[in-house]
Amino acid sequence: MQSGVGVCCSSSSNWLFGLAAAAAPLLPSSLTTISFPISKSSSSSLITLSTPLLISSPLRSIASASGSSQLNEMASDDAQDPRLQRISSAIRVIPDFPKPGIMFQDITTLLLDTKAFKDTIDLFVERYRDQNISVVAGVEARGFIFGPPIALAIGAKFVPMRKPNKLPGEVISEEYSLEYGTDKMEMHVGAVQRGDRALVIDDLIATGGTLCAAIKLLERVQAQVVECACVIELPELKGRDKLTGKPLFVLVKGA
Amino acid sequence: MSAYRDEDPRLHGIKTKIRVVPHFPKSGREVLTFLGLAGIMFQDITTLLLDPKAFKDTIDLFVERYKGKNISVVAGIEARGFIFGPPIALAIGAKFVPLRKPKKLPGKVISQEYILEYGRDCLEMHVGAVEAGERAIVVDDLIATGGTLCAAMDLLERVGAEVVECACVIELPELKGRERLNGKPLYVLVEYLEV
Repeated sequence: MQSGVGVCCSSSSNWLFGLAAAAAPLLPSSLTTISFPISKSSSSSLITLSTPLLISSPLRSIASASGSSQLNEMASDDAQDPRLQRISSAIRVIPDFPKPGIMFQDITTLLLDTKAFKDTIDLFVERYRDQNISVVAGVEARGFIFGPPIALAIGAKFVPMRKPNKLPGEVISEEYSLEYGTDKMEMHVGAVQRGDRALVIDDLIATGGTLCAAIKLLERVQAQVVECACVIELPELKGRDKLTGKPLFVLVKGA
Repeated sequence: MSAYRDEDPRLHGIKTKIRVVPHFPKSGREVLTFLGLAGIMFQDITTLLLDPKAFKDTIDLFVERYKGKNISVVAGIEARGFIFGPPIALAIGAKFVPLRKPKKLPGKVISQEYILEYGRDCLEMHVGAVEAGERAIVVDDLIATGGTLCAAMDLLERVGAEVVECACVIELPELKGRERLNGKPLYVLVEYLEV
């Protein structure tokens, strides 16, 4: 089942309502009465969640992706947060990196636009500041750029999730698949406690393998992964399906 | 200059949160062994990041120093410089420029090689990220021999930027990294001395 509370995906209103209802017990009860706008546009749209999640209000159906050839799709109607246009435009797409055929989404240009970078962080902070998040886990290395500012703003711990042999203390490891072969992700023992409410942050979700490994590490120490949050999603790679049911929040979608 | 000499009350909390891990890494940082220091005492900042107040204080100390000084670039060295650099950049209204190991940056880059005790390494920066005349600081978690910071400064100066200062959470003064910075000032919050 696709997870994705609040992010545009092709789905019937009943399905999304069911998901929202299922997600409700995970969220503080104060959220259950808050509504958020859902786009009714006919083209692919990103639900921009600068407002909190919809839990109990009736949902309108969300249109499916239009197959637009735009490289970075965003919400196209008036529900879109005005900050998203600039964020999306600030991301540079580099063809054939790291190998031919891959369109690499380069966030370094976003970091050069001080307003857009600040807006990026603000969008995440606005979403999470009242959700009792105690851990922001950031995936090496670009998750280290976005995670700490979010953690600092919401008063959470920042926990780096690293490639093997980088963390100096005792670690737990989770192996995950690459296109060719496997890699490992590590987290320090003792960084996260049972019952911690955690976010996983990375710049981009592609196949979802890395985020899945991060979720597993957090759950192995009995933390609760509330949501995964990325600046960019590549929806064609269906990473959203690999998150073991955890919700995913993104700002921008790339082709 | 070091913040500790000014004895800002926040520094005690910061220093006690840094975990010292003996004998890590097993290889690497060979220079410490070479200099006869007792084992390799790794300064682990991840425990600092687990204390929201101490982490915030760390950032605040840098922000207080650099805000209002017309710094337009914060360059952070992969990977732990990515943790401290962006919050500073955001707070002072500067760009954040990641300085990375080879082949990580996707666009056109300039490279600066630097010498390790055994062999070489290389640091890269995107062409066009920094313009001539910009005022920059370089941020990393720790300065040891100063080789990496030196390479970072070279990259910035090669594009005509002015490196105003290097800023690290921790200094290992016995390794004399400060002297390797070609006269550029270094600002640190804590020093670690083998006792």
